[in-house]
Amino acid sequence: MSQQQTKNCITLRGSAQIICEYLKFAINSVLFQRGLYPPQTFKAEQQYGITLLISEDAQIKSFLTNLLTQSEEWILNKKVSKLSLIIINVANKEVLECWDFNVQYEEGDAALSKEKNETVGSKDLKKIQHEIRDVMLQVAATISYLPFLDCRCSFDVLVHAKTDCDIPDKWAEAKPVEIANAQNVQLKTFSTSLHKMETVVSYKLVD
Amino acid sequence: MAQFNYLNEINSLATMDGPITRGPLQRWAKKSNSENINPLSTSFKNHSNINLSSCNQSMQKLSISANQSCNNSVISTNKTPTRNDNKKGKKTPSKNKSPGRSTTPTPNKASKTPNKADRFIPSRSNSNYDLCHYMMSRDDDRNEDSAPQSAAGEAIGRALTDTEPGRLLQYTCKAPAAPEGYQNRLRVVYSQAKVPSSVKNTTRYIPQAPDRILDAPDILDDYYLNLVDWSASNILAVALGNSVYLWNAGTGQIEQLCTLEGSETVCSVQWVQGGGSHLAVGTSAATVELWDCEKIKRLRVMDGHTGRVGSLAWNMYIVSSGARDGNIVHHDVRQRDHAVATIHAHTQEICGLKWSPDGKCLASGGNDNLLNIWPIAQGQHYSQTQHLYSFNQHLAAVKGLAWCPWSAGILASGGGTADRTIRIWNIKTGANINTVDTKSQVCSIVWSTHYKELISGHGYANNQLVIWKYPVMSRVAELNGHMARVLHLALSPDGTTVLSAGADETLRLWKCFMLDPSKKKEPTDSKAAKSLLNMNSLIR
Repeated sequence: MSQQQTKNCITLRGSAQIICEYLKFAINSVLFQRGLYPPQTFKAEQQYGITLLISEDAQIKSFLTNLLTQSEEWILNKKVSKLSLIIINVANKEVLECWDFNVQYEEGDAALSKEKNETVGSKDLKKIQHEIRDVMLQVAATISYLPFLDCRCSFDVLVHAKTDCDIPDKWAEAKPVEIANAQNVQLKTFSTSLHKMETVVSYKLVD
Repeated sequence: MAQFNYLNEINSLATMDGPITRGPLQRWAKKSNSENINPLSTSFKNHSNINLSSCNQSMQKLSISANQSCNNSVISTNKTPTRNDNKKGKKTPSKNKSPGRSTTPTPNKASKTPNKADRFIPSRSNSNYDLCHYMMSRDDDRNEDSAPQSAAGEAIGRALTDTEPGRLLQYTCKAPAAPEGYQNRLRVVYSQAKVPSSVKNTTRYIPQAPDRILDAPDILDDYYLNLVDWSASNILAVALGNSVYLWNAGTGQIEQLCTLEGSETVCSVQWVQGGGSHLAVGTSAATVELWDCEKIKRLRVMDGHTGRVGSLAWNMYIVSSGARDGNIVHHDVRQRDHAVATIHAHTQEICGLKWSPDGKCLASGGNDNLLNIWPIAQGQHYSQTQHLYSFNQHLAAVKGLAWCPWSAGILASGGGTADRTIRIWNIKTGANINTVDTKSQVCSIVWSTHYKELISGHGYANNQLVIWKYPVMSRVAELNGHMARVLHLALSPDGTTVLSAGADETLRLWKCFMLDPSKKKEPTDSKAAKSLLNMNSLIR
């Protein structure tokens, strides 16, 4: 969680942590809500004032932990502009769905930053969590219009990073993905006052 | 006719989409200097009137000149020369589209008519040009203002969408795919459709409401268990949590048969065939208990399993038990060494187990989606260890199993949430005779003994009971009422009443197989049972 000091002070690292925590819950929510993995492999957890489901699968857990620790570092250094969670049909490797998490960098509270001598924001943590909760509820509601994933699926996360970003161990360049006949739906946006997170889901329109 | 032509021509030409150098434009300029609008519009009208009348006078000339090129100076004699010039300039290109006419300067006006005939002619008098122009010019202004904004927006959009300058990275230790054979459970949500009830009219009346409702507190909401059985002597055994209760359907009396100790729960109950008072009880402690229900006394405890015993079936003195370990154990209740045979029947929990009425075949359904048929061992009352058939057509756990009481070798089986089908099998040939998608989890199936029908209990979304006509498998009726899935079904010994046990902790009695009173076929003892059923000692 973010380090809260006297006057709702969110440091850059704290903000990046909030973002990554959001990503963790959002990705897990998508995995659960879209029925990618058996529901019994998920565990209910209270977060943002609602119950969210987190995968208990060891491999998924380690994948997300590695991904998000690295992403947090990148977000902190403003190297990442977007993370894309893609849902792939295992049989033919077709990308069926793409969840874009766009990260935008904001200035924060200028006055307070000057005072603290580092970039800080002053948004109320409660308010941020409230905004995140709204997005989470929207994610849960997406199954009402997203098409049924009637196949064995897997997922992957692509990180859209800056060119000057160095590739760490066990990371590799990826090819951009495309969804045929895609339909985009923008979900609610939230901001920590240092980072703005925009969630967009693209899915293959079948008629 | 001619003057209308001309009027039309004027109207079509005086559209506002070209630059108008005189008259109106200047007035707009004036208007933007916040002058009064009303006098302007009136003056505009006047002006146009004058214009029209003057044009009418020189109609002949103008139409000729229109057919000629716009260079004709005749036009300049008009009272509003600049305006006409303007019109001419716009008109000429349209004329040029039909080159045959424009090159031959025929003064014949009639020849023009077909050209104009299909043109859309706005009513000039109804058009508020002042307003139109104002709106148009205002839009222009706004566009100019917002131009830099949209440019900035585009730049932002490009920055967001364009991944060109960045790199796309992925973590190479991938997350695993969904396990092999896993099926998306949301299928039910997506494919749930309101099934149109069969329009086929049945001649008999089927009450849509339960005859009575009994409370069943703490009944386990577990698909894999079999907690209800109705004996031939009209006593219903119900397992609620860790206790077994006996409800005498004739008198309405309730007796508590037993309560298991500790946290153990009752997982299955099954009456011995032929109206005896012996009840087999399967427990979560992996034992099968045998109870004498007249004396309320436990006769023996039989082990042999390593998991809870969720299904039981009697065949003469043999009680067959299916358990979570996937084994079927045949217990000879008369012998000291009760376990006469053990079969490794399934790889997962056995939830359905039924002996055929003739005692020749045992059907078992498991959570491994298999339906196995076991033939009887030579000269014995228990089955062989090698299956006769193993059907893998079901896509989910097979719990609902029922042998047809009037046609030997016919078996109905129902699959769980991911499968939702009822399949009818002919065990003599091994053929799947019929398959019907019920659109809902099939928890239990019971055949009617009076009608060529069977009834099935369902889960999400309607938690209904469905009566099917055999062999066509058309819907005869749907019985709604349960608030949660219908886990177990039992048929009364007289065959008229179906008891359904729901996860909503109620037992409902449906008189859906009542005999037609006019046929007078009803046996007397069932009549007595029926009248006793009406006693309402247990109504909620």
